[in-house]
Amino acid sequence: MANTKVIVGLGSCGIAAGAGKVYDELLRIREADNLDFELKKTSCIGMCFKEPLVEIIDDTGSYLYGEVDIKKADEILEKHIQNFSPIKEYIVKSDKYESVYKNYFDGQVKITLRNCGNINPESIDDYEESGGYEAIKKIGNERISANEIIKTILDSGLRGRGGGGFPTGLKWKFANNNRSKDKYIICNADEGDPGAFMDRSVLEGDPHSELEGMIIGAYSIGATEGVIYCRAEYPLAIKRLNIAIIQARERGYLGKDILGIEGFDFDLYIKEGAGAFVCGEETALIASVEGERGMPRKRPPFPAVSGLWRKPTNINNVETFANIPWIIVNGALAYAKYGTEKSKGTKVFALTGKIKNGGLVEVPMGITIKDIIYKLGGGIIGDKKFKAVQLGGPSGGCIPEYLSHTIVDYDSVNATGAIMGSGGMVVMDETTCMVDMARFFLEFTCKESCGKCTYCRVGTKRMLEILTRITQGEGKDGDIEKLEELAYQIKDGSLCGLGQTAPNPVLTTIKYFRDEYEAHIRDKKCPSVYCKKLLTYEIIEEKCTGCMVCKRGCPTKAITGEKKVPHIIHQELCIQCGDCYSKCKFDSIKVF
Amino acid sequence: MQLFDGNELKKVAEIKAKYPESKAALLPVLWMVQEKQGWISQEAMQYVGDLLGIPNEHILGVVTFYTMFNNKPKGKYHLQICTNVSCMLRGGYELFNFVSDKLGIKNNEITDDGMFTIEEVECLGSCGTSPMMQVNNKDYYENLTTEKVENIINNFKTGHEN
Ligand SMILES: Cc1cc2nc3c(=O)[nH]c(=O)nc-3n(C[C@H](O)[C@H](O)[C@H](O)COP(=O)(O)O)c2cc1C
Ligand code: FES
Repeated sequence: MANTKVIVGLGSCGIAAGAGKVYDELLRIREADNLDFELKKTSCIGMCFKEPLVEIIDDTGSYLYGEVDIKKADEILEKHIQNFSPIKEYIVKSDKYESVYKNYFDGQVKITLRNCGNINPESIDDYEESGGYEAIKKIGNERISANEIIKTILDSGLRGRGGGGFPTGLKWKFANNNRSKDKYIICNADEGDPGAFMDRSVLEGDPHSELEGMIIGAYSIGATEGVIYCRAEYPLAIKRLNIAIIQARERGYLGKDILGIEGFDFDLYIKEGAGAFVCGEETALIASVEGERGMPRKRPPFPAVSGLWRKPTNINNVETFANIPWIIVNGALAYAKYGTEKSKGTKVFALTGKIKNGGLVEVPMGITIKDIIYKLGGGIIGDKKFKAVQLGGPSGGCIPEYLSHTIVDYDSVNATGAIMGSGGMVVMDETTCMVDMARFFLEFTCKESCGKCTYCRVGTKRMLEILTRITQGEGKDGDIEKLEELAYQIKDGSLCGLGQTAPNPVLTTIKYFRDEYEAHIRDKKCPSVYCKKLLTYEIIEEKCTGCMVCKRGCPTKAITGEKKVPHIIHQELCIQCGDCYSKCKFDSIKVF
Repeated sequence: MQLFDGNELKKVAEIKAKYPESKAALLPVLWMVQEKQGWISQEAMQYVGDLLGIPNEHILGVVTFYTMFNNKPKGKYHLQICTNVSCMLRGGYELFNFVSDKLGIKNNEITDDGMFTIEEVECLGSCGTSPMMQVNNKDYYENLTTEKVENIINNFKTGHEN
């Protein structure tokens, strides 16, 4: 028992599920009963759907317990810790038993998330013990030059994980070429893409790897100052980054003459956003750091030439930076071994929506969407029919079920009309209306448009109006064509990526689900039985007992009938509120 | 108006010193104001403007651009309910409407007793465990149902821990 470790997952997801209380309980019992085990904290390992997670590592092996509440925690302490008998039915992963989540774990290769859920993110010792800051030390000891690092990153094939997929080595090379004395390096931690939360997980779970990646970046391009632009919506990430920065300074990883490399001075600070999706766009982000409204600027000049305070600036995404130390330590080939010809390495995906195993997975590029959803994601909630997956959030598009053999790499995903984006996979089933989905995303981009470009500001509004009409049964012939026309105008006429990609959800749903649009417009029906205004409620005569519950509840008195005699809904009075449907105890109302 | 005390003014000076231009201190200083007062009033904007030497209209522009800056008072408990895509697919709107009905307030309104404000917010990165709610920009509540959220709100009302 002496060597036993009990580790509690305290990421945002764990805490929300009650992991803080579980930790307190474990601590309380350890003190009260004088038990001999080490109690440790870690962050999210991606299995958000099983939080709170508690791992026990002892002489016999490792055991990960899922959905642990206070009661289970007591039981685990008693049976596992005191009586050495693990409770198999609560265990989600172990090196002793085959887990029901075997596919979930076996399908993954963890590079970006290598430390998440394994180390205490608030401890620099933990990070160093698991190989952290080795990359920097290697650079210092072996006197690896900036050019050599850039070559390694180029050879690794790493492409920016913030959405664009631009080769990171090439970006660094441009920044390095610039001879300016002052240069900046920025970490884009604005993560506003709906359905994506891998950056949050890295920041909360492994903040030092982020710093190490940035320090290596700074060394490679010659930056003296760094900024982490983090959305204020992530307080835990900010807290842990702040702790990490202080620790890194104390150990000399930040400051002057870092690692004894004379003249290598670098420090960084966090700049908090204040709620604006568009600030994730690099030029808007720079404007925001400068204290402006987050409005994108025209490119060129690109930030590599004129960025923050008009100095050369290199911006990378959180996930991009997190890969860097691993690549330096393990070499370009070790990274490039994974993936496809043009998309190397691994990618973290966030599984959300109608999927059983909601959470994060890291997989080698090149596996199919179907495998991610079924093998790792466990399939669709309620075993409903899988309809489509949205990749790339509001800037991306949907990929229908029949194209789910598509592999995840930048080019294959782009070919479908979607984009890889930051890796959010929003899964939709047969009950999701694709027209409404398009409307939903347009509502988002319309709201988040900064208003600078007319096409983006007014064009998205016009599209939203048309889509809203269609979902309310007021679609007209020619609407689809009008949407397409507007879509191409907005794509061409917008300054930044927000406007340029905003029409993608509409274009892809038209491409793959045109029949749903037509049903809405022509037949005034929603095939997914979702759009309220297009529903018809009818009483099934054989089932109706005439209990009068629906009749009494109907706000427009559209239901008539005597007691104990089947009732009737008068369609001309029905406002599709669904009250009768939700109240009927005999399932005698059908909706279509 | 003298909003900040000596320590806070020192902090403002430190923030300013970090940047080549004092305008860059605006967002952090506005956060300080909001933390202190719960929201950012016209007078506070004027005060910050004088402190940093930034024109008022710029400050108003910034405060209204960023959704997390409150330009009117919020309730003691600011319930931020996500209705973005992953939450929507798992009942985010039902949750929002339920809370709205229960408290008798609409988006961004405040209850008469000053206890609650509800706000429909964009994705907060809890999509895998949706639907979710954040309270006072701090605590996350996930995998919510109407029963769970009712419980949470009742606990706030009675001062019980959640
Ligand atoms: C509207 C919009 C929002 C964006 N949001 C983000 C974001 O939240 N995080 C991010 O890393 N990149 C975001 N980007 C991409 C950035 O502009 C930039 O390309 C990226 O941070 C570069 O990093 P990378 O090369 O490592 O991918 C966004 C782009 C647009 C157009
Ligand atoms: S969509 Fe609600 S938290 Fe991401």
